[in-house]
Amino acid sequence: MKQFAKILLTLLLVLTTTTAYAVHNQNPDSASEPINPKEIIFEHLGDGYGWEVPFDHHHRMPLPCILYSEGKLYCFSSAKVQHGATYDDNGALFKIASEDSEHKGKIVRIMPDGTEVRPLDISITKNVCALGITVLLVLGLMLWLASYHRRNPLKAPRKGLGAIEALVTFIFDGVIKPTLGPQANRFAPYLMSVFFFILTMNLMGLIVVFPGGANLTGNIAITLVLSICTFFATNLFANKHYWKEIFWPDVPIWLKCPLPIMQVIEVFGMFTKPAALTVRLFANMMGGHMIVLTLTLLIFIFSAFSPYAGGAATVVSLLFSIFMLLIDVLVSFIQAYVFTMLSTIFISLAQAEEHGHKAGEEDALHIELEGGPITLHESVEESLRKEQSAKVAKV
Amino acid sequence: MELFTPDFGLVFWMFIAFGVLFLALWKFAWPIILKTVEQRAELIDKGVEYAQNAKEQLDNARQEAQTFLNDARKQQADMLREADKMKTQIIEQARTEAAAEAQKEMEAAKVRIQQQQKEAQEQFRNQVSDFALQIAGKLVHNEMKQDKAQDRLVDSLLDEIESK
Repeated sequence: MKQFAKILLTLLLVLTTTTAYAVHNQNPDSASEPINPKEIIFEHLGDGYGWEVPFDHHHRMPLPCILYSEGKLYCFSSAKVQHGATYDDNGALFKIASEDSEHKGKIVRIMPDGTEVRPLDISITKNVCALGITVLLVLGLMLWLASYHRRNPLKAPRKGLGAIEALVTFIFDGVIKPTLGPQANRFAPYLMSVFFFILTMNLMGLIVVFPGGANLTGNIAITLVLSICTFFATNLFANKHYWKEIFWPDVPIWLKCPLPIMQVIEVFGMFTKPAALTVRLFANMMGGHMIVLTLTLLIFIFSAFSPYAGGAATVVSLLFSIFMLLIDVLVSFIQAYVFTMLSTIFISLAQAEEHGHKAGEEDALHIELEGGPITLHESVEESLRKEQSAKVAKV
Repeated sequence: MELFTPDFGLVFWMFIAFGVLFLALWKFAWPIILKTVEQRAELIDKGVEYAQNAKEQLDNARQEAQTFLNDARKQQADMLREADKMKTQIIEQARTEAAAEAQKEMEAAKVRIQQQQKEAQEQFRNQVSDFALQIAGKLVHNEMKQDKAQDRLVDSLLDEIESK
């Protein structure tokens, strides 16, 4: 255990210094030029053409750029436009827009008249590449589990597969089944795919070097797509009762007849639910990454004042970074769980029957009421027994 | 702000990536995983139920066996007691029968002995009378040759024997 802690500490130290080194290398002449924390943080949180290589910020792993502009498809390596270079693809000029441009950091086409126009950009960026890796990883793990199940249908898996299966049953038996009831098997494939996809993306985002490090779930495009999927799963499979609740809810007639107040609110609610999903996951994951980045940057900010302040800040920021990364592991799981749970609840609300929900509530109330007196009786009896035994002891 | 505006390329690829993942898992992973997990749970439930039943049955069987055993023991004791009774009875019977037989035998022997005694007496008597007759014959013969005194002696001797 001690050794494990040592290894973990060393690993975290290396990872943190890697980040620090990367930040340092980005500003080779940082002594003369003040560092701009905001820019560094947003660059690390954002997307990019090419993947950073550890300990070397000048070279990036090149990734394919795919652009569609004026009826033509352009494909080239991202190495061609690195470091502000302009790439000439048979007369079409492309470059990554400079900092003062409105398309900052994106590939733009320079038109003959000198204006910069952004083409339709479906490049395999760092995030898209990480997305592919995550998909392959999740597919691999789940197909591995499925093939195990196909081979030994009545034997429980051990070790790694057992852990994955424990997660599967945790989500299915703990979240999906109790909420959706008889509809569980219908929506489970979607919900469980979402859970494992988000969980893997979150955890991969915490790994600083190559296969990980992309801030996927902290990117609003990813969470937006996921919540759009939940939106469709909710509304396309909704039952009659759900639509009735939206367009003719059970409220006094003046709230819905001349002016459709309730209808407007309900329709608005249809869209706020996925919007909330989008923002929660995005903000939570981005926040975690941002805190770790800020803590690392503190070293450089303090180093600018004096070497002693920098040394002290290194120790403090390292400890806090380790703590935050450990918290982020927990947050990764919690966020994946919460997204799945909320999706399940939204879907189940669209599946609820006329009085099914109310009956369930009454049952819960009943149990609570029943639970009360029993515990009271027990405690009274117990205190009586104690008194008696005390008296006996005295005698 | 770049961070808050979804990038079209990423949204496009995300739809494709998630779509592929979802369809592949839907087709090849989730149904079989969920089915086998359910099957296994059922198997375990059944196993527990079976074990409980088996335990109950075992308890019952043990009880039954105990009652059987008790019955058998009781029967055995009864049989032993009866056999004992019968044994004493048979011995008793044999003894009385033997006694009766012995009595009979003894009586027959007695009768035979008496008869033989009688026969012996008779024989003896006959012999004695033979002897006497012979003696008498000889005496008579001698008397015929000698004097009358001898006749008298013979007579007296015979009388003596007779009186004995």
